[in-house]
Amino acid sequence: MTYVKYGSIILITLVIVAGIGIPMSLEPAGFFEFPLIPGLEDKARNIFFHVPTAWTSVLAFLVGTFFGIRYLRTKNIEDDYKSVSAAGLGLLFCILATVTGALWARFNWGTFWNWDPRQTSIFILLLIYGAYFALRSAIESDEKRASLSAVYSIIAGLTVPFFVFVMPRMMAGLHPGARDDPSGKGPLMQSGMIAGNMRVFFYLSLLGFTLLFIWLLNLRIRAARLEHEHSRQQH
Amino acid sequence: MRSALSSTFALFQKDLQSELRTRYALNALLMFVVTSVATILFALRSDQPSPSTLSGMYWVVVFFTAMSSLSRIFVSEEERGTTMTLQLVASPSVVYFGKLIFNAVLTISLTVAVTLLYTIVFSEYFIIKSSSIFFATVLLGSLGFAAAATIIAAIVAKANTRGTLYPVLSFPILIVLLMTVMNATTKALEGAPFSDALEDFQILAGYILVMTGGSFLLFDFVWKD
Repeated sequence: MTYVKYGSIILITLVIVAGIGIPMSLEPAGFFEFPLIPGLEDKARNIFFHVPTAWTSVLAFLVGTFFGIRYLRTKNIEDDYKSVSAAGLGLLFCILATVTGALWARFNWGTFWNWDPRQTSIFILLLIYGAYFALRSAIESDEKRASLSAVYSIIAGLTVPFFVFVMPRMMAGLHPGARDDPSGKGPLMQSGMIAGNMRVFFYLSLLGFTLLFIWLLNLRIRAARLEHEHSRQQH
Repeated sequence: MRSALSSTFALFQKDLQSELRTRYALNALLMFVVTSVATILFALRSDQPSPSTLSGMYWVVVFFTAMSSLSRIFVSEEERGTTMTLQLVASPSVVYFGKLIFNAVLTISLTVAVTLLYTIVFSEYFIIKSSSIFFATVLLGSLGFAAAATIIAAIVAKANTRGTLYPVLSFPILIVLLMTVMNATTKALEGAPFSDALEDFQILAGYILVMTGGSFLLFDFVWKD
């Protein structure tokens, strides 16, 4: 865990310094210059923070659901700690992705919110997390809370394919890679749309945020375990 | 030992009978529909609502009315303390499908009530130009509604703050369905050909299958204490 901890700190610091510090120019020369795209300009730097936070929130949802399913199979309360810890972090990263995205939308598309398919999906992800914690706070028994919230997260997870495959077909979007985007599947799926050096820092950022998630998850699971021990000793 | 099908039907009959005796859900449902449609009328006054506004309002009324009454199916068992008995006499899948059928019937009668009321109060604007799309949408939409609402009702019945929690938990699950049925209802009001709405029906059918299948597999964990 020490490697994960220092790895995440070093990588995210590097990405913040490089992502904000590296100058942009219309004709980038060498590794330490990012390309300047007219219309996008310095706002492009947000890709190092917006996409990794969104990625982490989805990863956290999958991890939370995975441990939810495992809880239903094993009935081991330890799996519930893991599930709820992942969900809590998922909510945090989901808020971060929504805020960074809304800011980017404000300065690139004109308004904070446009109900683009991906904005709609992240809004629903926020609602799911909110509902999940509302449900947990309404049940007193530990076992009941664990199994009911696991069932809820699975049911909510079942609707996710509809957002990914159905929603983009129903409405046009503003994100790269949406239905009417002439440039194709978006910069991350297609080669040549994002400069090589930006791609390097982008992947470092993705790795850094993933490590940060693992580190925080570990901290939260340990804290949940201690809290449980503490409340058991008091009774 | 009776077959699963006849026990499912027996459970549905039991719920229907106890509902017809008290008319608790039916009365609440009808009053809810009337009050929400009246509110919409006050809000619109003399405006001319477009087909997309009307189809949106249609499903808003259905959503909130359903949220006020569909959770009863499990909450009433908890309140009357009959959950244990039901666990003894019937297998979980029988309970699930019995309750699902009851909720589906309730939702379908709800859409009938809303449709009738809309055709009366919005007689100039709410004209179903493509009835085949409309009936298919309402039928599939009701089934999807019931499928998602039944499992959430089972979850909510075990929690403390049932009334407020139910719409909160259901909305994120139902939003795909709501967007699709609103889309299809607009097409029905605009008089689009049936093939235009085929994609929506595929989504609805997929949703019903996924929700019913998932609920069926997970119901055991919710139902057994």
